[in-house]
Amino acid sequence: MNWKFFCDRAGRGLTLFCAALVIVLTVSIIYFISSKGLATFFTNGISLREFLLSDQWAPDRAAVDGGPLVGAKAFIAGSVLVSLLAVGVSAPLGIIVAVFIVEIAPGWGQRVLQPAVELLAGIPSVVYGYIGLSLLVPLIRTYLGGGGFSLLAGFLVLSVMILPTIISVSTDSIRALPVEWKHASYALGSTRWQTIRMVLVPAARSGLITAVVLGMARAFGEALAVQMVIGNTREIPTSILSPMMTLTSAITMDMGATVMGTTWNNALWSMGLLLLLMSLCFILIIRVVVRRGAVQ
Amino acid sequence: MQRMMNSVGNKMETKGLNLYYKNFQALFNVSLPVREHRVTALIGPSGCGKSTFLRTLNRMNDVIEGTRIEGEVLLDGNNIYAPGVDPVALRKKVGMVFQRPNPFPMSIFDNIAYGPRIHGIKNKETLAEIVEKSLQAAALWDEVKDRLHKSALGLSGGQQQRLVLARVLAVEPEVILMDEPASALDPISTAKLEDLIHQLKNNYTIVIVTHNMQQAARISDYTGFFLNGEMIEYDYTNNIFTAPRDKRTEDYITGRFG
Ligand SMILES: Nc1ncnc2c1ncn2[C@@H]1O[C@H](COP(=O)(O)OP(=O)(O)OP(=O)(O)O)[C@@H](O)[C@H]1O
Ligand SMILES: [Mg+2]
Repeated sequence: MNWKFFCDRAGRGLTLFCAALVIVLTVSIIYFISSKGLATFFTNGISLREFLLSDQWAPDRAAVDGGPLVGAKAFIAGSVLVSLLAVGVSAPLGIIVAVFIVEIAPGWGQRVLQPAVELLAGIPSVVYGYIGLSLLVPLIRTYLGGGGFSLLAGFLVLSVMILPTIISVSTDSIRALPVEWKHASYALGSTRWQTIRMVLVPAARSGLITAVVLGMARAFGEALAVQMVIGNTREIPTSILSPMMTLTSAITMDMGATVMGTTWNNALWSMGLLLLLMSLCFILIIRVVVRRGAVQ
Repeated sequence: MQRMMNSVGNKMETKGLNLYYKNFQALFNVSLPVREHRVTALIGPSGCGKSTFLRTLNRMNDVIEGTRIEGEVLLDGNNIYAPGVDPVALRKKVGMVFQRPNPFPMSIFDNIAYGPRIHGIKNKETLAEIVEKSLQAAALWDEVKDRLHKSALGLSGGQQQRLVLARVLAVEPEVILMDEPASALDPISTAKLEDLIHQLKNNYTIVIVTHNMQQAARISDYTGFFLNGEMIEYDYTNNIFTAPRDKRTEDYITGRFG
């Protein structure tokens, strides 16, 4: 009896402790990134406008020459472009594959396709980058011209990487639909294709949007693989074949070269803060979408 | 001779129907006529195969994996299981109301317009007319006419059941199959539905599964009694309830088992 009581108390204590630990960790990480990231504007006197809207990046230029310049526009544009294009490829592809797995070939889809997707999700990003580097980049160089390191290579690698996320979340949301809707649709004389297009996909809408946003978030935050294939030039890409840079790759490229407390270093933290805010946005979007779906 | 006794013809008819779910046989040699513009009730204890039988009439069993069927199901004299028959076209003629109301997660309007839309009607006014007419026919129009573009999932259970009936009517089928349509309804909604079935008889042929003996007696012209996958007895509803020929039918309707 006493022992049971003790276990109960100890269990509750342990869960409380873990929960508190997670909260403390999250808050302190956010605090750290924010204090560093905001220092660019409050301590180093860079305007938010310059950071967001200028593409002049010369963080080591001396003050007498008008420096340091920390305009991150090229990286922001790079991140947004590469992620949007990746989602543009993966969202339709992933949703179609999900429909295929659940509705068209449930036997084969679940035995072969689903494990394949899970495997795809488990491959480390450096391997994706390596494949992109040794296969995709030379292919692009040979057949499409340019150096091969490009926006195109970046978003293709990314789209493969986010595909498993989109497929598995979409699959779950389609599978969760009540079978009654499908039967009702068939009983009214619809074909399978009409049922999928007009009943199942719209009914799974909030889950599918969540899948796409999660894929977008993953694309936005991915650093390593993208960095290996995009060429990392500090300019806004002008074509799909031009080299470019993203926020994440800008941080990894520069972080070893800077000293804590300098404008340069703080500007990198500002980019980190920006990434944090973006993922916050994605989370909020998903919340709203899911709540809307639930109300329906 | 037979023909003179029954001035109505058979809209549908099953002949020697066997149905298997994988290795499990659910229907045994079922032969049953469905008279045109009449209500045929199917009664029998739970698990005896009523829903299974009903689904053979519009080939909804095709959707369930592993089902196999032997025998014939005729619609206007043609076997609907013959090779080359398109189940999609068949289901437009033979509509179905399910045991549990299953409106789509769309507006009331879109639910009703779904059938006509998939069958190619695009004109907005035509669709609006069909929606109103179907809802009128299902005695739901007055209750929902001000909220046609609200979600159908916000309706009560009884309203949802009439909604899915309206959705079937919008396709203008010739036969309507109903699987215990009143099982989830309160007495008032049930009475409304029964009234409705009475009226629909003029334009449709109806087959209805029910667990409620009084309901079968009230609304149907013919009744088939099922037991363990077999059709035990089929006759005028009146005869089934007043002078059943089979001992098992009598036991069932007098409540001695089931
Ligand atoms: N999809 C299925 N797979 C395997 N067996 C099934 C399936 N559907 C029904 N059965 C079996 O077939 C038999 C008849 O089922 P059916 O649903 O037709 O009965 P019912 O008369 O409609 O019962 P109830 O009155 O409870 O609705 C039952 O033994 C049931 O377990
Ligand atoms: Mg049943």
